Amino acid sequence: MMFKNICLALILCVGTVALAQEKFITVASTTSTEQSGLFKHLLPVFEKKSGIQVRVVALGTGQALDMARRGDADVVFVHDKEAEEKFLADGFGVRRFEVMYNDFILVGPKSDTAKIAGGKDILAAFRKIAEAKAPFTSRGDKSGTHAAEMRLWKVAGIDPQTGKGTWYRETGSGMGPTLNTASAMNAYAFTDRGTWLAFKNRGDLSIVTEGDQRLFNQYGVMLVNPAKHSHVKKEMGQAFVDWVTSAEGQKIIAAYKINGDPLFFPNAR
Amino acid sequence: MNDLTQAMYAATRLIFSADALLVSIIALSLKVSFTAVLTAAIIGFPTGAFLAITRFPGRQMLIALLNALMGLPPVVVGLLIYLLLSRAGPLGEFGLLFTPTAMVIAQAVLITPIIAALSRQVIEDAWREYEEQLRSLGAGTLAAARTLLWDTRFALITVVLAGFGRAAAEVGAVMIVGGNIDGVTRVMTTAIALETSKGDLPLALGLGMVLVAIIIGVNLLAHGVKLTAQRFHG
Repeated sequence: MMFKNICLALILCVGTVALAQEKFITVASTTSTEQSGLFKHLLPVFEKKSGIQVRVVALGTGQALDMARRGDADVVFVHDKEAEEKFLADGFGVRRFEVMYNDFILVGPKSDTAKIAGGKDILAAFRKIAEAKAPFTSRGDKSGTHAAEMRLWKVAGIDPQTGKGTWYRETGSGMGPTLNTASAMNAYAFTDRGTWLAFKNRGDLSIVTEGDQRLFNQYGVMLVNPAKHSHVKKEMGQAFVDWVTSAEGQKIIAAYKINGDPLFFPNAR
Repeated sequence: MNDLTQAMYAATRLIFSADALLVSIIALSLKVSFTAVLTAAIIGFPTGAFLAITRFPGRQMLIALLNALMGLPPVVVGLLIYLLLSRAGPLGEFGLLFTPTAMVIAQAVLITPIIAALSRQVIEDAWREYEEQLRSLGAGTLAAARTLLWDTRFALITVVLAGFGRAAAEVGAVMIVGGNIDGVTRVMTTAIALETSKGDLPLALGLGMVLVAIIIGVNLLAHGVKLTAQRFHG
């Protein structure tokens, strides 16, 4: 306690950077929702209506859930159903609501060294990449997209780790940096459509596989369990959860487009 | 247009448009780094002076350690502060994580060793020169420290600038403890990292040029102050 008091005194003495005491919640979310520009489009409407500021920390899904487990967020807004259900089962979430979906796509260089462009079958595409040992950049960061990619390799019956150091490259970073790497190396990469549509440094990359049912990407939202972390702002957090899944929130999500292409499709029930 | 000219264009446009968002990001960057430097100087100068003037067993060890801490990896400092300030951590109840205060703490931890180690060297050199004189005047440790800190003030400005440069250019620690929250904890370096992630490399580099220009501006200002003061005080 003494140590804490000293720390607090130090912090106060030294001149805290003034923070207006506003009403706010902290949302742990993913890079795909932030970097695709969705939050910039969605949050101001909620903030204006409710008077609650939404502070988004954008991380990979794994990291975002981990941050919420530590009690550093009021709400999680992520996209890895399996991990989210584990989070719920461990008692860290109250209830999971589905919000919206989009899909994953496979992008690759114009030269298309693995010859997969045009096909719909993502498993076939993955097998061709492994066979051709065509360069592939993976997130490698336990994000929702990385988890989805790993599940697909498994179903395809391939262990990409065998290609580590040769054709399979884990960047260990976010979607954007991974796409930057793919663009510079002319490699294939597995990405969510939102980040891709908003991504500017495409170089020679374009979509090579899309439309497979297995590429479905569901987003969910949950209030962090106040029973685990008593400081969770449950009223304000729940107000946000209720709003994004409401008719109004859903309509605004559907209205977000880049060059006429919608990025996310609302599907809250 | 190639990437570099595009970046130049973006930088010029950013500077001249005086975009409100950009101005607030720059203001926060400066506020956080200045506060961190001030904190680090308050702790670092006395530490440096104490190490320069006193003699005790283990002193050389401590100096070597302090010098080594100048190379603290920002990511490690960021993680450490994150774990301390996290709700699950020992200081969690203050709710400081993801605030500018957390960023100030992280930067201060990073640059205090720099200011302490460099000022120790500066003051020790002066001490060697003036020790006899100060002792003959009957100055105790505290008085000697005060005199030497004042006498070396111009060199210490450079020390402070070294600390400021490190603080303002740092991204790893503030990203982790600040969370790069739009409008709350987004500073120049994390904004650059974000634009790079989005693949908007010209805008990222443009922001980088603005940041470098600001750091040069701060240094020019400090240099000007130093020259003027030297002229008056000799």
